[in-house]
This record gives sequence, structure tokens and C-alpha cells, in this order.
Amino acid sequence: MATEFTFPDSAAKAAKLPAGLPEGTEFQTEKMSLSMGPSHPSTHGVLRLQMELDGEILTKCDPVLGYLHRGDEKIAENMTYNQFVPYTDRLDYLAPLANNMAYAIAVERLAKLEVPARCQAIRVLTAEMARISAHLMGLGAFGLDVGAWSVLLYSLHEREKLYKLFEELTGARFTTSYTRIGGVTRDVPEGWLGRVNAFCDQFLPILEETLTLLTRNKIFMDRTVGVGVISKADALAYGLTGPNLRGSGVPLDLRKDRPYSGYEQYEFDVPVGSKGDCYDRYLVRGEEMRQSVRIIKQVIAKFPDGPWYATDAKRIFAPPKDRILTSMEELIQNFMIVTEGPQMPPGEVYFEAENPKGILGFYVVSKGGGVPWRLKIRSPSFCNLSILPKICVGCLISDVVSILGSLDFVMGECDR
Amino acid sequence: MASGNDQSNAAAVTSAPEAGNLLGFLRNKGVAATERPSSDHPAFNVPAGEVVATLQHLRDEQAFDLLMDVTAIDWAEGASPRFTVVYHLLSTTRSAYVRIAVNCASDTAPSAPSVVSVWPGANWHERECFDLMGIKFEGHPDLRRILMWDEYPYHPLRKDFPLAGIETALPDADVTAETGTRVLAAPMAGGPFVATSGEINLTEAEPRAKDESWADRRPRPDQEGLKQVRE
Repeated sequence: MATEFTFPDSAAKAAKLPAGLPEGTEFQTEKMSLSMGPSHPSTHGVLRLQMELDGEILTKCDPVLGYLHRGDEKIAENMTYNQFVPYTDRLDYLAPLANNMAYAIAVERLAKLEVPARCQAIRVLTAEMARISAHLMGLGAFGLDVGAWSVLLYSLHEREKLYKLFEELTGARFTTSYTRIGGVTRDVPEGWLGRVNAFCDQFLPILEETLTLLTRNKIFMDRTVGVGVISKADALAYGLTGPNLRGSGVPLDLRKDRPYSGYEQYEFDVPVGSKGDCYDRYLVRGEEMRQSVRIIKQVIAKFPDGPWYATDAKRIFAPPKDRILTSMEELIQNFMIVTEGPQMPPGEVYFEAENPKGILGFYVVSKGGGVPWRLKIRSPSFCNLSILPKICVGCLISDVVSILGSLDFVMGECDR
Repeated sequence: MASGNDQSNAAAVTSAPEAGNLLGFLRNKGVAATERPSSDHPAFNVPAGEVVATLQHLRDEQAFDLLMDVTAIDWAEGASPRFTVVYHLLSTTRSAYVRIAVNCASDTAPSAPSVVSVWPGANWHERECFDLMGIKFEGHPDLRRILMWDEYPYHPLRKDFPLAGIETALPDADVTAETGTRVLAAPMAGGPFVATSGEINLTEAEPRAKDESWADRRPRPDQEGLKQVRE
């Protein structure tokens, strides 16, 4: 939208001089610095934007990160692989189940461990539920940013139902820590799948109703259509992923392109935007929730029986409790697992999963033993935000709010 | 190596790449690449001076259009080469990854060429790498710290930096000038994360509270701090 505005600075220069002033006199307007955040409601956490304004138009935007930097990568080098699972909850804290899965698969690839079909199905199911919950929050907050209050109320109401289901499955509503290397902490409870199914059935009509509040909403469209346009080439150059990349028209979805955890068995479509503006990114998220419901229904329909953890992973899992208490060998093995951590082979593995915010990657470098030598977290929010200095210049300051809402980032993941 | 790698024909860039083919391609381009042991994706070691050309060739002729990640590994104090910079590329059309690794020549002042000219998205990745590992990216347009504050003196992801952290002055000059209140640093020396360093077993190395004095009651910073500043 940059071209539609005249910069006040240049307008002042072009204005006709009042009589009596010598030719060449310039009226100076001053550029203003404005710091948005780190505690500002529409920066979704502790992002700070150091902006330079010419009137109401941005001439420079410099994001300042690090307010939520906890050194997760350093911490990971100092604990065993399973001990790090709770830290993954706190990356993208709106979809902890999806982070848990991505981390577990990365370490399993390092350990060359195959998990059984039931475990894969549980992980896909929980990851898609997490995607719905994350997108609900994303849409609700986006609506709120541009002045649509009621969307948040609808979406939080639905999210609460998901949290009840998460709590029943994992014991925690928010920080689930559900996966382990080689499996999940526990099997699905009796009757839980039926309750998930019932949630999906009642959720679809409510989702349509919620989206109706925005999709043809005149105010919402005025704030988002044609705002924050990211071209296909820019999206690729800046490493955008997830709905933000697909909103710009690149059909990259790792669930389809490099299926993991049995995603190849399920049918779903990958929505793609055409213009790459804030509105397209909103539409992509809306459609992704419908597709997630489709996947969940298919998972439940062919939910496999069998073990939900890798039984052959003797080095990873503790032996059965009754064997620990009666047999010397199992007792020693259990002691070693607890004190030294599960022993991993040396090597390096890079695994990426399609998370709600984009592609979350784990690069694990092992020298053998129970702790990683280096664990790099490739966080989608970090990369998605890196395009801000480019797309914000020339925007109105109120457009920045729309852009931030449409990029849907989480600072916990960005700062790590 | 397979023939026909010197020109980018359509068939070569739509199928999944094989390590041998890619190696042949890079060699034909005059890059002294060597294969790097890897169990998941094709991986190559490349001399530092040729990394920009390598990534450019892979992007333009092998359809690796997304730079997913730039990071570095510290192979511990005393190891040589001590620092390795690692790039992961993804091809959206071929659905495949490739890993490029570069050993930094100097172990004390490591540096690598910046690839911002090829991928603008590398900007923040390289800033993070510089911030946490201390690798200087030659030719980077704006090599500032990104997660830690600008005056921070250490590179915390290096292996010689302790998990407990090192007590550092906080950037409170502007705060003090504005409010007359000093910023109180969270105590760390005896604090909640104390890990013993060295080759010991994990149970001992686990961070734990060794000294609880950090939990003592202290006067509110606006009362005590104000006085200190005025003195």
C-alpha cells in the first residue's frame, strides 16, 4: 500500500512557498522514533519494534528480540534427551503437543528407532488438535488486534474444550510434555477418542460461524486486504514457512512433501493463497482448521491397535517395574538409564515438522552418550519475523498491527 | 560420478537428489566439496571461501530454494577446527534437504563469509550465530547481537561458557538516568542454576540450588537504589 500515500516530508517540500521567503527555503519535518513493545498488547508477547515514523508512515522498522531468551539450546546440552521434553512445551506454547512430537521424532531418527503405528496415530491426532487450538488463538488474537472482539470469545470457548481433552490425555492443560523418545507417556484413555470425535462434530458448525464474523466483514477486509503483501520470491528469500508461506502461494507442507509419523495415510488438502496479503494468511489458517478436522476424523476411523511405545527400545525405556524389583540386570539397566540418560549413537540429524506456526526444525549433533553435543532449534516464528523490516516500510502504523496479527508468531519460540 | 551434471537439465532438478550426483555437480562447478558422514540428508564439507558460490549454485541450478537454517557447532576448547558453520537447504519442488558444513579457519577468532547476498533471510540467522557463538560473518550488512543485548561481553553457546552464566553488568544506564532506579541483576553465582563443570557424572552435573541466599528479602529497588544513585 506504500504507493498510495504521500510522505508528509515530501509533501512539505513540494508545497508552494509563502510570499516573502527566499527561493529554496525548506520546511523541515522531523522523523519520530517510536518504540512499540516489549509490553504492548498487539505485539503478542515481548516483541519490541523500534520504528521510525514520518507522520503516520513507517520509514524504518527494527525488531528487537531477546526479551524471552532463556538459552534453551544451552540447557539442552546439559541434560538427557528425555529431560528436554518439557522445554519443548515452552517453545511454541500454543501448540506444545506438536513441538513434543517434532522433538521426539528428531531424536528417534538419531537413535534409528521405529515407533509403532498406534503411537504414530496418537501423535498425529494430538498434533492436529494442537494445530486447531493454535490457529483458534491466532485468529482470535488477529480479530482482536483489528477490532473484532467477538471472534476471540468464540475461539477461546472452543479452545477450552480442547484443553479439557488435552488434560484428560496428558494430565496437563497447557504444558503437556506428552511424548517420550520412542513413544508417548500413556495410551489414550477409555472413551477419549469418542469425545474427540464429538468435539469435531460440534466444532465444524461453530468454526463456520466464527469465520463468518471475519471473512466478509467490511472492517476486517479494509484492514487486511492488500495490506502487508509478501511476494512469493520474498517469502522464499526470507525463509518464511507455514501458513505465511502458503499464503504467498507456495504449496509447501511437509506433511505432504516429506510425510512423517504416518501422515501419508491421510487425505487432506493444502490451502494456498494468491496475493500474499494479511487476508490470504487469515483464509489459509481458517481452511487449515477444516483440514485438521478431516485428518482427525480419519485417524479416529482407522485407529490402530497394539503397543503405543517402541517395545524394542530397551536402551531408551526403563524396564518393567516388576522386573526392576526382582532382577539384578534390569535394576542396573534402570539405574544407568536414570543416571546417564538413554545412550544415543554419534551422528547428526536434522528433522523438521510442519507445526501450526510454520516449520519447526531440530538439528541434533551427538557424540554418543546420554546428552546432545549441540541442539539447534530452527524456530518458524524467528524466520517469519525476519521479514518485518522489509514489509513494514511504507505502511501505516495501524497496518503494522494487522501484519503482526497475520504473521501469528510466538515469542517463546522466537527467542528460545 | 554420474555424467550430465554440468548442465541443469529439467530432469535433474525435479527428482530427489543423490549424494553422489550433488557431489559431482559441485565438483563440476569448481567447488572443492567433500562428502560429510550423514545418516539422513546428503551432506558436504565445503572450504570457507567457496560457500557463497556453493549455495548460489545449489539455489539456482539444483532448485534448493529455501535456506532453512544457519547454525554453528563448537567442538570444544582445544579442538581444531573448533567451529563449524552448518547450512540446511530445502527444495520446495524436490522435497529434499542438503546440508553444507564449513570449518572456520581460526579457532580463536572464527569467521565465515556471509550469505545474506544470496538469501536475505540469512541475516538474522547469522546475527544469532554471531551473538551466541561469536562467529564473525564477513560481509554481513548489520552484524549486531540479536538475542543478548549489544554490550554483552560473552558468547554463551560456546563450550567454555558455564551453564550457570557469568555475572555481567546490565545495560541500565538509560533506565537509571530516566528513573533514578538501578536495575538489580538476578543473582546467579549461588543461584538457582548451579552446575559443576568438568567430566563428572550427570547426577552431579545437574543444575541445582546450592545456596539459598538469593531468596533473602531485600529492600525494594526504588528505595535502596535511589539512595545509591544519589550518593
